[in-house]
Amino acid sequence: MDSLKGKLPPISQLGPFIALFIACVFFALTTDRFFSAENLSLILQQVMVVGVIAIGQTLIILTGGIDLSCGMVMALGSIVMTKFAADFGLPTVIAVLCGLGVTVLFGLINGLLVTTIKLPPFIVTLGTFNVAFAITQLYSQAQTVTDIPDAMTWLGNTFQLGGGAVSYGAVFMIILYVLVWLWLRETGAGRHVYAVGNNPEATRLVGIPTERVLLGVYVLAGLFYGIASLLAVARTGVGDPNAGQTENLDAITAVVLGGTSLFGGRGVILGSLAGAVVVGVLRNGLTLMGVSSVYQVLVTGILVILAVSVDQLSRKSTR
Amino acid sequence: MATENLVMKATGLVKRFGKVTALDGADFELRPGEILAVIGDNGAGKSSLIKCLSGASIPDEGHVWLDGKEIHFKTPMDARRAGIETVYQDLAVAPAMTIAENLFLGRETRRQGFLGKYLGALDKKKMLEESVARMQELKVGIRSMTQAVETLSGGQRQCVAVGRAAAFAQHVVIMDEPTAALGVKEGNMVLELIRRVRDRGLPVVLISHNMPHVFEVADRIHVARLGRRAAVLNPKKISMSDTVAVMTGAMPPESIPAECLAH
Repeated sequence: MDSLKGKLPPISQLGPFIALFIACVFFALTTDRFFSAENLSLILQQVMVVGVIAIGQTLIILTGGIDLSCGMVMALGSIVMTKFAADFGLPTVIAVLCGLGVTVLFGLINGLLVTTIKLPPFIVTLGTFNVAFAITQLYSQAQTVTDIPDAMTWLGNTFQLGGGAVSYGAVFMIILYVLVWLWLRETGAGRHVYAVGNNPEATRLVGIPTERVLLGVYVLAGLFYGIASLLAVARTGVGDPNAGQTENLDAITAVVLGGTSLFGGRGVILGSLAGAVVVGVLRNGLTLMGVSSVYQVLVTGILVILAVSVDQLSRKSTR
Repeated sequence: MATENLVMKATGLVKRFGKVTALDGADFELRPGEILAVIGDNGAGKSSLIKCLSGASIPDEGHVWLDGKEIHFKTPMDARRAGIETVYQDLAVAPAMTIAENLFLGRETRRQGFLGKYLGALDKKKMLEESVARMQELKVGIRSMTQAVETLSGGQRQCVAVGRAAAFAQHVVIMDEPTAALGVKEGNMVLELIRRVRDRGLPVVLISHNMPHVFEVADRIHVARLGRRAAVLNPKKISMSDTVAVMTGAMPPESIPAECLAH
């Protein structure tokens, strides 16, 4: 029989929830508006873009990779879908699908470079980060796309829940998390994602097509970035060529804070949701306290380093 | 012995790598229910032989038979599908995953009905039960199948790898230096398990450098030398030092006493 100790998740998985708790208590004590329903729903809306990017990022980090291009690909996706709708008058659904197509294509390119040329994901995605950024700037001519159909921002609409407004996008994000969590836990393909991150050689030797698993993960991540593009458009109501710059590191921070190991093969996706909320709460709370945004960047940077250190140290202790 | 009674047989295997001839007409015979040790100096063609048998490389010449039928493996997957499982020395397990997950890695059991068929949902309960049963059958003393493999000792991990191979092999288990990375006690644990696999009726090909281990478990010893099979020895009759002499070429195969050869 398993003892209770064996049932409790390891500290790295409890970390984000502890951090979230401490942050909430801290901001509740130092600001008066933090725990208002209004503010909490604001946090949730701010979290949804980073949260959905973090789903794709988690999948890639679980395989032992990393995606530095996530935020930029998301920005490109939102420019493509808004401009296709505004310039060509394409129906919303088609324009959104085009945007998703572009982000999936970037996922595919990342995945192919990683699996066929065997380049390190770090370098590949550093390259596509710049490519996506440049294309975004060139295509949008660094102009914000404003003239977009209402249907495209539907996910930004809210409904009332317990005094606060909850956006459909936030609900959608939570549904996506639950689906991916179940997929990773309960299906063979999901377990193979962990296996590839754990021991790629052993995984290949038992006959699992590791390259196909990797490629699938990068493509899937591209799809989630595309969904994040739509959410970003829905939240801001525009196509913003300068989006994605804070989201890029915020998403990685969320995943690492969420207890997913940068060395691959360990972590729970719901942790990334908690991590994304931690990042959102920090940014929101610090803003309420009147701390300038530069300090927020500083805090996020320190947080990532802390989380990675915990990851590394806990890994050593189990060896 | 007639070919029909052999589980595996190979004749005249040749494998060249550019100008280097790794296998130069090697023969191989594996009988039902035996542990056949394969020994040889570095470069004797030991690993090339095993690679040809496990599908990891394709021989340039020669024939391989499994249960009397000629086979042509192109990949390790072909060999696996034909019922030949290979255990590698470097602990080929996924450390953060549970023992049950490792046992079923790549061969997961799906749930019945819609969830399993269309959504690929796994039948974790069934896999867990089967893991417990399989490991009990092999008398591997691991308490919980839901603990992560990384919580196990090196020997226990190797037992998981051997258990996985034994559970899925239909015909042959090939073990490539399964005890090389282990300490004395842990190594013995794995040897004990290898014996139990044999006792369940699965023939085992054991590649090892460790002479005491070979003499402890092997029923016959295949000595590879210069890309060929120098001799097949009977470990109950021949001494360890004579075996090493055959392996290094100090004792020519012709001069081995007849009773020391395995029949």
